[in-house]
Amino acid sequence: MSFIKEFWEFLKIRKKYWLLPIIIVLVLFGGLIILSQGSAVAPFIYTLF
Amino acid sequence: MTSILGISAFYHDSAAAILVDGKIVAAAQEERFTRKKHDSGYPFNAVQFVLKYSKLKLSEIDYIVFYEKPFLKFERLLETYVALAPKGFVQFAKAMPLWLKEKLFQKKLLFDLLKKHDKKFNDEKKIYFSEHHLSHAASAYYPSPFDEAIVLTADGVGEWATTTVAIGKKNDLQIKKEIHFPHSLGLLYSAFTYYAGFKVNSGEYKLMGLAPYGEPKYSNKIKEKLIDIKNDGSFRLNQDFFNYTTGLTMTNSKFHDLFGQDPRNPKTEKITQFHMDIAASIQNVTEEIILKISKSLREEYKISNLCLAGGVALNCVANGKILEEKIFNNIWIQPAAGDAGGSLGGALALWYLELKNERIASKEDDMRGSYLGPKYSNEEIKNKLNNIGAKFYELDDNNIINRTSEDLNAGKAVGWFQGRMEFGPRALGGRSILGDARSPFMQKNLNLKVKYRESFRPFAPSVLREDVSEWFQLDVDSPYMLLVANINNNKKIEMSQKDKKLFGIDKLNIQRSEIPAVTHVDYSARVQTVHERTNPLYYKLIKKFKEKTSCPVIVNTSFNVRGEPIVNTPKDAFDCFMGTELDILVIGNYYLIKTEQNPSLKKDYTKQFELD
Repeated sequence: MSFIKEFWEFLKIRKKYWLLPIIIVLVLFGGLIILSQGSAVAPFIYTLF
Repeated sequence: MTSILGISAFYHDSAAAILVDGKIVAAAQEERFTRKKHDSGYPFNAVQFVLKYSKLKLSEIDYIVFYEKPFLKFERLLETYVALAPKGFVQFAKAMPLWLKEKLFQKKLLFDLLKKHDKKFNDEKKIYFSEHHLSHAASAYYPSPFDEAIVLTADGVGEWATTTVAIGKKNDLQIKKEIHFPHSLGLLYSAFTYYAGFKVNSGEYKLMGLAPYGEPKYSNKIKEKLIDIKNDGSFRLNQDFFNYTTGLTMTNSKFHDLFGQDPRNPKTEKITQFHMDIAASIQNVTEEIILKISKSLREEYKISNLCLAGGVALNCVANGKILEEKIFNNIWIQPAAGDAGGSLGGALALWYLELKNERIASKEDDMRGSYLGPKYSNEEIKNKLNNIGAKFYELDDNNIINRTSEDLNAGKAVGWFQGRMEFGPRALGGRSILGDARSPFMQKNLNLKVKYRESFRPFAPSVLREDVSEWFQLDVDSPYMLLVANINNNKKIEMSQKDKKLFGIDKLNIQRSEIPAVTHVDYSARVQTVHERTNPLYYKLIKKFKEKTSCPVIVNTSFNVRGEPIVNTPKDAFDCFMGTELDILVIGNYYLIKTEQNPSLKKDYTKQFELD
């Protein structure tokens, strides 16, 4: 619960409410994406995440 | 008493640092403990070490600071993916599972991991989050010897910012300007690192070392097509030529067509003059940007001190150029300028900005020579060496210095392990391999037989502070090996007309100065000034060497082989000693000779570490 509260605070301060539907969809389909996880990221990328 | 634990993790170079009443007590990188270079995992061992060193339990720590803001980073990722969709799905599919599984819930993740140090730790509210570039800026300004300074930070990317300008005044530090992702000087340099066939995020040093062998033939092309540089040094990258925002490589086919070759495959292709020219070109452009930014900031803010941090601040050639141009009266660079230093910066930002403590700048800086890591007593070292089965001699300080200086004079390669380990990527005489800078064979010998690395790579000199201006075109402190300066003209050996015509690595075989082992092909050197105050034993060693040889300069390179983190423990040092062609090992007051060791203790050492 504290996570949801903190994340909501974050969206409010940053005024980025439009990210909310994307995040909800992501969390809902999160499991699906996790299943599609492949091999490790290629060594030549600067990990941006 | 107030204690603050700073942590950087889950990106590159995890580390932990601890402040007690605002004083930097201990700091270390996780890679040194796990022996995995650039380890990005939770720094369990580093946290254990800083707690133990400061004699505190985790539950006794008042504040814990993580060096960046995960939500803000997530925002950047999402916005980038949305803006560029459907391109970038591959990267999106790789990043999201990681974020949805753990990175988004980093506070809880951190809390759970921290609990492993001390079950009594139960207050999540003690955990704070700094900003990536604020952490860098704080690590550069607060330990510096300045009351007021312009603070420039530049790296690949943090949350959104890739370059920031901040102003530090007494205990205040305010970020004034930012350049945001995807426009990044660090990523531009990394793109060329990738293109030249080196590993991104560790091979940037090699590219910088390769640059003097080439001509900056492609600088104009880079400035015409890849980057738009404004008069104040701010810039925008043309994303048509890069692939890092959406793909899994740094550059794309348009970039490769521009220069007429595909990226070098390090397994099958050798470095050619083309790659040297590419390296020279991007180094040239980077220097131009850094100089333009520096000049415009000096003009705008009228402040004469500059502090630097962020991965780009490790580009000591560019740093040397700022100094050479005399844009600022004083420059101070955080020795752990990369992400490891963020742990320290996050903690310092909390102490001064959040807790509003008074700051009095010290005459020298507050980094204590960057010797902030673990140390081992003579008793611990002796026990370890006995357990291993090593043959050693116990000598007092004077004898250690005498014998080691004689060995250096005799051209031997010496492993030197003394006192506390350095914090940051450079070995500064705590965990170093030393050699005679006057020897014409030392560079090749150390590169190929000791470090097992590419023969083109230069070595750095350690020089007594009082003698630096006699040997180099430099007369300021450079204790962290982050400034490059030229060898003085009277120490140079001019090349013949025939030698001048040589190209690329062939130049390396020409003796260019009285100290060839540390003179790069362009007569430059990455200088470390050695100070009696911060490292008295190392200072005495070089002084003794000078007495014997009239030369106050020795070779200092990190105590490791290619791909290996710098040694941390006496056992790491012994393994490296036995696995390479090092002749002598000096740990604390113990002196070891390779030829006297039991050959069965020798290991096939190099295969243990993935080449970087």
